[in-house]
Amino acid sequence: MSSHAHAAHAVPHAPTGFISKYIFSTDHKVIGIQYYLLALTAVFVGILLSLLMRFHLVWPGAHLPFVPGGVMTPEAYASLVTMHGTIMVFFVLTTAPQGGFGNYFLPIQIGAADMAFPRLNMLSFWVTFLAFVCIVAAFFVPGGAPLSGWTGYAPLSGLGSVTGPGEGWGQTMWIFSIALFCLGALLGALNFIATTIDMRAPGMTLFRMPLTCWGWFVTAILGLLAFGVLLAGGLLLLLDRSAGTSFFAPANVVVNDQLQPHNGGSPLLWQHLFWFFGHPEVYIAILPGMGVASHVLSTFSRKPVFGYRAMAMAICAIGFLGFMVWGHHMFVSGMSPTSAFNFSVLTMSIGVPSAIKTFNWLGTLWGGKIQLKTPMLFALGFVSLFVSGGLSGLFLAQPAVDNLLHGTYYVVAHFHLVMGVAAIFGIFAATYFWFPKMFGRMMSEPLGKLHFWITFAGAYCIFMPMHFLGIAGGIRRYADYTGVQYLAHLQPLHYFMTISAFITGAAQLVFLWNFCWSLKFGEKAPSINPWNATTLEWTTASPPPLDNFAGNYPSVYRGPYDFSVPGAKEDFVPQHLAPELVARVR
Amino acid sequence: MRDRKGSRGSAATAGLLALLIVIMVVVTVYVFVSRPAWSVPPPSITSVGELVDHQYSMTLWVTGVVFVLSQLGLAYAVVRFRDHGQKAHFTRGNNTMEWLWTSATIILFVGLGLLGRKAWVDVRFTEAAPDAIQIEVTANQFVFNFRYPGADGKFGRLDPKLISASTGNAVGIDPNDPAGNDDIVVPTLTVPVNREIDLEIKSQDVIHNFFVRELRLQQDAVPGLVVPLHFTANAIGQYEIVCTQLCGLGHYRMRSVLNVVSYDDYQKFLKEQAPPAPGQ
Repeated sequence: MSSHAHAAHAVPHAPTGFISKYIFSTDHKVIGIQYYLLALTAVFVGILLSLLMRFHLVWPGAHLPFVPGGVMTPEAYASLVTMHGTIMVFFVLTTAPQGGFGNYFLPIQIGAADMAFPRLNMLSFWVTFLAFVCIVAAFFVPGGAPLSGWTGYAPLSGLGSVTGPGEGWGQTMWIFSIALFCLGALLGALNFIATTIDMRAPGMTLFRMPLTCWGWFVTAILGLLAFGVLLAGGLLLLLDRSAGTSFFAPANVVVNDQLQPHNGGSPLLWQHLFWFFGHPEVYIAILPGMGVASHVLSTFSRKPVFGYRAMAMAICAIGFLGFMVWGHHMFVSGMSPTSAFNFSVLTMSIGVPSAIKTFNWLGTLWGGKIQLKTPMLFALGFVSLFVSGGLSGLFLAQPAVDNLLHGTYYVVAHFHLVMGVAAIFGIFAATYFWFPKMFGRMMSEPLGKLHFWITFAGAYCIFMPMHFLGIAGGIRRYADYTGVQYLAHLQPLHYFMTISAFITGAAQLVFLWNFCWSLKFGEKAPSINPWNATTLEWTTASPPPLDNFAGNYPSVYRGPYDFSVPGAKEDFVPQHLAPELVARVR
Repeated sequence: MRDRKGSRGSAATAGLLALLIVIMVVVTVYVFVSRPAWSVPPPSITSVGELVDHQYSMTLWVTGVVFVLSQLGLAYAVVRFRDHGQKAHFTRGNNTMEWLWTSATIILFVGLGLLGRKAWVDVRFTEAAPDAIQIEVTANQFVFNFRYPGADGKFGRLDPKLISASTGNAVGIDPNDPAGNDDIVVPTLTVPVNREIDLEIKSQDVIHNFFVRELRLQQDAVPGLVVPLHFTANAIGQYEIVCTQLCGLGHYRMRSVLNVVSYDDYQKFLKEQAPPAPGQ
C-alpha cells in the first residue's frame, strides 16, 4: 500500500489534453522547448532585419521587400537597427540559452523532477511571449518602430514623436515589451536560483554540478539583480513620456524650435540605469554558452574539464565583476573622468577570469582524444570567437583609446563576436548536443558540419573587416555613407561584409532544415547516451518522462566530467554510478 | 576498417578547422601590419592624439600576441589531439598553471589599463589654459553650431525660448544682453593652428556627439550639461566633424568641418564673420 502510494507520488500523471500538455504546460521540458521555439522565431526575424540593413548599406536606392514604400528611408533604417538589437539581445541571446536549455536541462542535470515553481515557470514563459508580441507589434503601430536604438537613450526616447517617427507609439510599445520581458526574466531567475539551491539530488554538491548548471545559476543571479533595475528604468521612462514627469529630461530642451515641458531630469541617469542592467546582460548571454562549451569540450575530448574549480570560480568572478564595469559604456558621455578611469581598471580586470576560462579550455583539449562531431565543432568555434571578440574589448576598456573607437563599427564588431556570434555558437553546440535527448533522434551530421563551416568562416568574414572599418572611422547606426565624405572610401568593406552576411544567413536555413527534418526523419538515437557522456540527463529516456527519471531518482557519487579515468573499463564514468558498480580494467 | 575510415574523416575535419583558423589569423595580422588605408585612421594632429596612438599600439601588441598564440594553440590542439585511436591523457588540471596564467593576465591587463591613464588624464583631468580660445559647440537635430564670443571676449546670455533656426537665431542669443551683439554663430568650426582651443559642448535637444578622428577626441553633447573639451591642433587642414551618437533619422548626415588655419587667416575669419555693429 505504502509503496503504491509512493509510486503514485513519484510518477505524476501526465496531462492528456493538448492545451495542458503543450500550451499551458507546467513541465519544464515543454516550457524549455517553448522558449527555444520563441528564440528560433525571433532569431530569424532578427537575421532578416540585419540582412535588410546590410543590403541597404551597399544598395541604398534599391527596392526592398517588407519596407513600406519599397525604398528604405533613414528613419526605417534606424528602426531596423533598434529592432534588430532589441530582438536579438532579449528574445534570442537571453531566451534560448537560459529560458530554453536552462529550463530543459537544469532540473535533469541536478537530478530533480521539475523546477522549484512549475506554475511560475509557465507564467514566466507566457509573459515573455507577450513581450515578443509587443515588440513585433511596434512595427505596425502609427509612426512605426522606434528609432532610438536598443539602448533607448533618453531624451531621444523620452520626449514622444517630436524627436522622430517611431518615437510615439513605437517607443511606447518598446517600453511595454521590455518591461514585460524583465518581469518574465525576474520570475525565471527566482525559479532557477531556488531550483539550484533546493532541488539537487543526494550527493550533488555545488562542486559536482556540471559547468552548464554553474552558468545557468550565476546567470539567474545576474538576471535577478539586473532586470529589476531595467524594469524600474523603463517605468520611469514611460512616466516621462506619458505622465509629465522629468526623470531623464532636463530643463530647456528645445526640439524643432519648441521648448519641451520638462525640468530637472538627467539623461545620464538613464544611461546608468540602462547599463547597470546592460553590462551584466552581456554575461547573461554568454555565461550559459561558456558552460555549454566547457561541457561539450570535455565530453568530446574524453577528458575532465581542466581546472574544474577554477572554471566554476571564474564564472562567479565574471558575474561579480560584471556588475562593476557598466560605466565603460559611458566614457565619452560626460560622466566624471575619474569614474571613467576607475571603471576602466575594473573592466581590464574582468579580462582575467575570461583568460582563465580560455586557458582551461585549451588545457581540456590538450592531450585529449578529440572527436569532431558537430556539437564539438561549434564549441571549438565558440572558443575561437570568444578569444577574438574578447581581446578587442581590451581596447574599448581604455577611455583614451575609446576616444578613437567609441560609436564606430569597431564596437559593433567587438560585441557581435563576443556576445552575439560566440553566444549563438554556444546555442548551436547545445542544440546539436542535446537534440537526441530532447527528441530521441539525431540531427544530420553532414548538414550540421556544412552549417558549421559556412557559419564559422562567414562570421569571421562579416565581423573581422568590421573592426578595420571602425578603426578607420566608420560610424555605426548610419543609414547612409553619403552624409560624411571620408566614408566613401570605406564602402568596399561594406560590400564584402554584405555578401558574407547573405551567405552566412543562407547557411542558417540549412540549420532550420536540419532541425525540422531531423525532428521527424532523423536517425533514431542509438541509445539513451549516444555521446557516452557522464551527466544525469544521459541516464534517462530520450525524451525524458514527465518526472524526468520515471521514479528512479539518481544519487550522485562523483564530479561531472570523469572521462578516461585510469582503472575504469569505459572511458566515461557517469555521475550516478555507485563506485562498486563501475566496471574496472582487470 | 571502419576505424581507419573514421580517423581519416576526423583528420580532414581537424585539418580544415585548423586551416580556417590559420587563414583567419594570417589575414588579420597581415592587415594590421600592412596598414591599408581602409584599416587605419588618418594621422593624428595633436600631441595627445599621439599618446592615444601609442596606447593603442601597445594594446595591439599585447592583445596581438595573446590572439595569435591562443588561436594557433587551438588549431594545433585540434590537429594534434584529434581522435586517431589514442587514449586521452587523464588530468584534472594543474594549480601551478592556474596561478601562473592568472597572475600573468592580471599584470598584463590591469597594467595596460594603468598605463593608459596618461592619454586620458592629459585631456580630461586638466583644464584648458586661461588664454585658450573659447568656442561654444551646440548640437541639435542634425546640425552643429559654433559660437565665438566676438571682440568683447564675452558670450551673450542665451534664452532657450528664443531659439529659432528659421529666423537665424540658432542658439537663442538674447538681444537684450549687449555682450551677445558681437557673438559669431557659424555652422563650421574654424580655429588657429598651434593654439589651445577650449570647447564647451552642449546640446539643445537629444544626445549628440562631437567626433574628429584626427583629434582622437570625442565627446557626447548632452542636453542639460556643458562639457569642456580642449585640444591644440598642430596641422593646417580641413577635417570632418561627425556625430557618433544615434540622434534620430538624420544622424547619418549630421556633419560639420573643422578648419585649422594660420593665425592670420583665423583673424581674417573673425573679421569677416563679425556681425554688423548695431545701427549700421
